Amino acid sequence: MEHIRTTKVEQVKLIDRFSTSNKSLMGTLYLTATHLLFIDSSQKETWILHHHIAAVEKLALTTSGCPLVIQCKNFRVVHFIVPRERDCHDIYNSLLQLSKPASYDELYAFSYNPKQNESKRLQGWQLIDLAEEYKRMGVPNSNWQLSDANRNYEICDSYPRELYVPRTASKPVIVGSSKFRSKGRFPVLSYYHRDKEAAICRCSQPLSGFSARCLEDENMLHAISIANPAHHYMYVMDTRPKLNAMANRAAGKGYENEDNYANIRFQFVGIENIHVMRSSLQKLLEVSGTKALSVNSFLSGLENSGWLAQTVEWINNETFFKNVNKVFRVATNILVRLSFERVLEGIEDHAKKPKEMQSGVLIEKDWISFGHKFSDRCGQLDGDPKEISPVFTQFLEGVWHLTEQFPQVFEYNEAFLLQIHEHVHSCQFGNFLGNCQKEREELKLKEKTYSLWPFLLDEQKKYINPLYNRDFSQKLVLLEPNTASFNFKFWRNMYHQFDRTMHPRQSVFNLIMTMSEQNKQLEKDFKELEAKMKQRNRQPEELLTKEPLQSVHPASPALKTSPCFKKEQPLLPMKDSIRTIEGSNTADNRYSEYMEELSKAEPAVVSLEYGVARMTC
Amino acid sequence: MEFAELIKTAKVENVQLSCPGLPPIKGTLCITSHHLLLSSQPGGNGEPSTVELWLLIRNVDAIEKSVQNLGWYQTSRTNSSHRETRIASSLGTITLKCKDLKVLQLEIPGMEECLNIASSTEALSSVDSVMMMYPFFYRPQSMKLKDGWQLYPLQHYYQQIASETSAWRLSCVNGDFTICSSYPPAVIVPATVDDKVLKKAARFRQGGRFPVLSYYHKKNGRVMLRSSQPLLGPNRKRCQEDELLLSAVLDGGERGFIIDTRSAQAAKQARMMGGGTEPKSFYPHWKRLHRPLERGRPLQESFMKLVEACNDTSLSMDRWLSKLEASKWLAHVKAALSTACLAAQCMEREEACVLVHGAEGTDTTLLVTALAQVILDPNCRTLTGFQGLLEREWIEAGHPFHCRCSHSAYSHARLKQEAPIFLLFLDCVWQLGRQFPFSLQFNERLLLVLFEHTYASCYGTFLCNSEKERCLCQVKEKTHSLWSWLNQPSELKKHLNPLYTYNALVIWPSVEPQSLQLWQGLFLRWIRSSQYLDEAWAEIQRLVTSCEDAPEGSAGRTLCHSQPDAAYPLTITGTANEG
Repeated sequence: MEHIRTTKVEQVKLIDRFSTSNKSLMGTLYLTATHLLFIDSSQKETWILHHHIAAVEKLALTTSGCPLVIQCKNFRVVHFIVPRERDCHDIYNSLLQLSKPASYDELYAFSYNPKQNESKRLQGWQLIDLAEEYKRMGVPNSNWQLSDANRNYEICDSYPRELYVPRTASKPVIVGSSKFRSKGRFPVLSYYHRDKEAAICRCSQPLSGFSARCLEDENMLHAISIANPAHHYMYVMDTRPKLNAMANRAAGKGYENEDNYANIRFQFVGIENIHVMRSSLQKLLEVSGTKALSVNSFLSGLENSGWLAQTVEWINNETFFKNVNKVFRVATNILVRLSFERVLEGIEDHAKKPKEMQSGVLIEKDWISFGHKFSDRCGQLDGDPKEISPVFTQFLEGVWHLTEQFPQVFEYNEAFLLQIHEHVHSCQFGNFLGNCQKEREELKLKEKTYSLWPFLLDEQKKYINPLYNRDFSQKLVLLEPNTASFNFKFWRNMYHQFDRTMHPRQSVFNLIMTMSEQNKQLEKDFKELEAKMKQRNRQPEELLTKEPLQSVHPASPALKTSPCFKKEQPLLPMKDSIRTIEGSNTADNRYSEYMEELSKAEPAVVSLEYGVARMTC
Repeated sequence: MEFAELIKTAKVENVQLSCPGLPPIKGTLCITSHHLLLSSQPGGNGEPSTVELWLLIRNVDAIEKSVQNLGWYQTSRTNSSHRETRIASSLGTITLKCKDLKVLQLEIPGMEECLNIASSTEALSSVDSVMMMYPFFYRPQSMKLKDGWQLYPLQHYYQQIASETSAWRLSCVNGDFTICSSYPPAVIVPATVDDKVLKKAARFRQGGRFPVLSYYHKKNGRVMLRSSQPLLGPNRKRCQEDELLLSAVLDGGERGFIIDTRSAQAAKQARMMGGGTEPKSFYPHWKRLHRPLERGRPLQESFMKLVEACNDTSLSMDRWLSKLEASKWLAHVKAALSTACLAAQCMEREEACVLVHGAEGTDTTLLVTALAQVILDPNCRTLTGFQGLLEREWIEAGHPFHCRCSHSAYSHARLKQEAPIFLLFLDCVWQLGRQFPFSLQFNERLLLVLFEHTYASCYGTFLCNSEKERCLCQVKEKTHSLWSWLNQPSELKKHLNPLYTYNALVIWPSVEPQSLQLWQGLFLRWIRSSQYLDEAWAEIQRLVTSCEDAPEGSAGRTLCHSQPDAAYPLTITGTANEG
């Protein structure tokens, strides 16, 4: 690659960013076409994907060398000291170029090759079938049908081809409505609640300005409303703070006037726009990245960043959905107005598909196919930095808070969320590339890249929540999270996922995982043995004498070790080669290394903080 | 004093009990000398009445009452003259704020009954005489009085040390509590120092708390000592015996560390009041480190602020965070853990001896020494080891439980000497348990039980301020020990951590603010429903333990959890008459 000037720098120091005494590791830095690799003297490897790099900073030269700080989108922060300024400068420039590819074909997904055969690759893309998902929800039915209005993206290029609309909405109504909506995003079905016949629809803001009206749009909303025969009015939720919506009116946009639309109830949900969201996360990271942080400045930083407050807003929003369905005990149509991508979250716990793949479906359906601008929001390409915003991160955090409150409801675990977050930014798989379905088709992603879901499915053992209780989630139709502020915590495992010293040294989760894994294995062994015994009993006796116990024994070593309390074993001993290529892999690092660390006596944090350095003063 | 004098109304019918998160219950309320009981009305088809609430009155921290007059005027228009008839009816509401942080509401028909119940409860809860407290009356049939009191004698601990080294001896110099009223009769001191020296050294320390051994680190033979501040005074007095005592701890040329839990400034100021800290010139081998820890009133206020913030579920995120910050509770947790880590590090890494003291040596000093032992010593992380640690480092070491825990976070009473030092210790242990979920043999529930029992208990373990007082009140003869109850197999099971495996290593916690958490199980226990978390925990327990024993619920929110057994007749009439 033309950007790489230096491929290898020796004697580089990696500094522990929270250590007050500048503890460091000496090692060698390698620059490859896709990764930055650091191998320390104990041969431990740190891989950083170029696409993950959010910012590179070269600090002022010091006596020990030239400091280079790299901040990643997956919240890894590394601090190198390169002995020669010249090398540092080269790496700095290369990384600047490499981390901001100018066009899609430079992205890792197009060169990533896990050596899978073609048919398997295609199968991977077919793993998630949206039509199937709609069928599961119970559409099409007597009220909702598939519309071909957008088959060739003629109405809205950020929507997918297949859209579900009320049966009573005719094509002229759809076309008319789409003209009245920002970017043509007219109201379409997002989620259908089969039991209550309630639907969640989405759309963008109307181009109402101060007084404009559109008959077709009014008809469209009416059609949605009557698509739910059980109830005669519906909610329109605007996810913006009211002030922002008012301000938009001056720009010829705005919100629905309750007077013009029959039977709607209007509601604002104060979710801030992408810019506020971005700066709020920025502030959060600044605070949490401080060395020797005191509790009080941490809490006040948390407060100032407003990040948690926004998360609560999101969850509140969801709660509202539930209340609607609950309080009225009837199906209520809710029209969710989306100023583009916001609020898809509301749907998530409605959908509450605990099944792991379902969550993939959800993301595929609601985020990917409905055009969350992943490329722009995640800064995959060199573009407008103002378009970058952690909307998706906040969605994941919302889900995490729910998993914290309802530990048995979700089939997947935290590692799954982290892994998705990782790959949204990694550009290693085709799923999250591009801004909308149309763009994705143009990029020929399904032909040229791999899908993430089969890879997650292959490793699903790691992402299964061992506490998941199927019965539990059947009887609990809607989750009703407690939205009192004290329920929301700082998501340490996300924002400090690479700062191992901050995490618990022993993980209950891993223990449970191995145990249930072992139990399953034992049950399986047991069944096998049972089957063998039956078989043997049926067999003629001479066979029994020939190989009497031999085959029983080898299968049973698992039985000899007691099923419980085998904690010393490193959990999830999976170190397959795919992982190491990917390198900067979150879940692996964190979830298996605690065990090793335990045997290594003392982790370093405390020691340095209270250590010798201070005692001699 | 007769309890009966304090009880004005012993029994009220049709009282409604409500507690956030639980459905309201109607029933009969009774007051006995030590309990508030509410039994639900017997069901229609001959179901027996069940006791729904069994509240130790000592547990009541604050009572708020409001009386609503439901009287209304009924105008009869039958005659031409308007006659107004007043229908008298009133409803009183008593809010009981308990020391274990739960809040109960009783709706009592009748204003007089309500006021009577409130004033009786108030009077009974503020009985300050130790001998009148419930542990002296509690006689469960399944337990024997003397059991449990001699489970963890200091002699045992000394024998462990004696098996390793002969440098230490057990001294009975304080046998009659004359040298130091807050020390137990026996203490462990350097073998080379005789009792005469100890007596003189004691006079140089506040309250007579001369340096004694608190912990012996088997790995390298280093020790942790604790004491109170030396009485230097403004004239910088010195005491040869005290210096001798401390230098006897160190082998020639070795260095020791003194961890003073006050700031250097505060230690200096203490000289004006007759106290002070060890000057370098007189104690040349000891290096002093100051780590200020909060104590006394500011700590109590911090606790109160935190509880107040937790109780307000309507707070916005910003307000919640700023209140959490303003309470400073987590900052205190961080400071306590950090200081304990420092002490542990001095012993483990620097291989040096440590002396810990603040001013009186009965609060933050014990916090640091006890916590450091949990971090360093795997034995202190077992259930019996932890009980032994509490017995040795808190109860016998003279933490004034009676003074510190006479009121909890809700009380409006003028604060005297209340401070939640012990709670802070429990919180720190909880944090350790969060970071090392397999390394503590006991679970959160044990910590909650300990918290409850320090503030109000039917056992004598946490009564009084010192061993001397316990001797005078004959606590060990006339009350039951908490340990003997806890160590019954049925109770024991509930407090064990199913994930525990012995971990011989030192557990160094992370003290970054991102790693510390609010102890929701304690502070939010009565505020939010923990049903889903409890169920998840039960599932973990089921997965880990063999399936034969049914999963036990975790801490739980039943109002009757400390329900005594058969010693009390369960029929309400029986107990009500007793008053």
